[in-house]
Amino acid sequence: MTVPGGRLVATVKLSTDRDVARARQAVSRAFDDLKARAIRKTRFVTAVSEIARNAVTHGRGGEMSIFVHDRPPGVSVICSDNGPGIENTEQAMSDGFSTGRSMGKGLGGARRLADTFELVSSPGSGTVVRMSGTA
Amino acid sequence: MSNAVGIYAVEDVLLVSIKDDITDSDVIELQDGLSEEVVRTGARGVVIDISALDIVDTFVGRIFAQLSGVAKLLDAETYIVGMRPAVAMTLVELGMTLPESNMALSVSQALRRIRANRTR
Repeated sequence: MTVPGGRLVATVKLSTDRDVARARQAVSRAFDDLKARAIRKTRFVTAVSEIARNAVTHGRGGEMSIFVHDRPPGVSVICSDNGPGIENTEQAMSDGFSTGRSMGKGLGGARRLADTFELVSSPGSGTVVRMSGTA
Repeated sequence: MSNAVGIYAVEDVLLVSIKDDITDSDVIELQDGLSEEVVRTGARGVVIDISALDIVDTFVGRIFAQLSGVAKLLDAETYIVGMRPAVAMTLVELGMTLPESNMALSVSQALRRIRANRTR
């Protein structure tokens, strides 16, 4: 359900941590418009926060497009970054794997919190994450 | 400090309020500023009210854990209060149960516990 039938409601440039907060707020508003339950919104906005931060801190910035879906009601995002790409995507998504000081729970956590999750990346080509959450 | 965070000294406890548009740098600034305030005021407790937060992700959770650890070394107990049920459920799914921090449902409950622990 990631893009077909989705209505683009916002595009957020991601270059600073202020932009990560903006992405969270935009997705949060989309869930509010759908009158989603708090838990549905919190889960997906948390996933969005992890993915947007990764784009800023590891991906040299990027962009997130936010789509609203009516049937079934939900929100999906496409987040693409300008980073070096990920060599081993399965390893990157396993809990505890980190290239920096973090605990390495972000990417795997986002995958668990989203209803659909797809990550496409290869060295030199940046990373694209598509994920969706029902309202 | 950015206006997304407020630190208020109430007797020997520092009350911290956080707004929902807080950024990662605000959180790091809070961590630095708070440890200095604990020493400067001789606070015995820190109470962080997160009731305005829609989400707590792995970054914010990690900083809360560090902040609680630093405050403990400076002889102050940290309580996180006002966590929304949806935030708690999401943190468990992220594998972040924040064992370093004490939890309380409200500011007054946290204050009572800090006082009780001190007279023991």
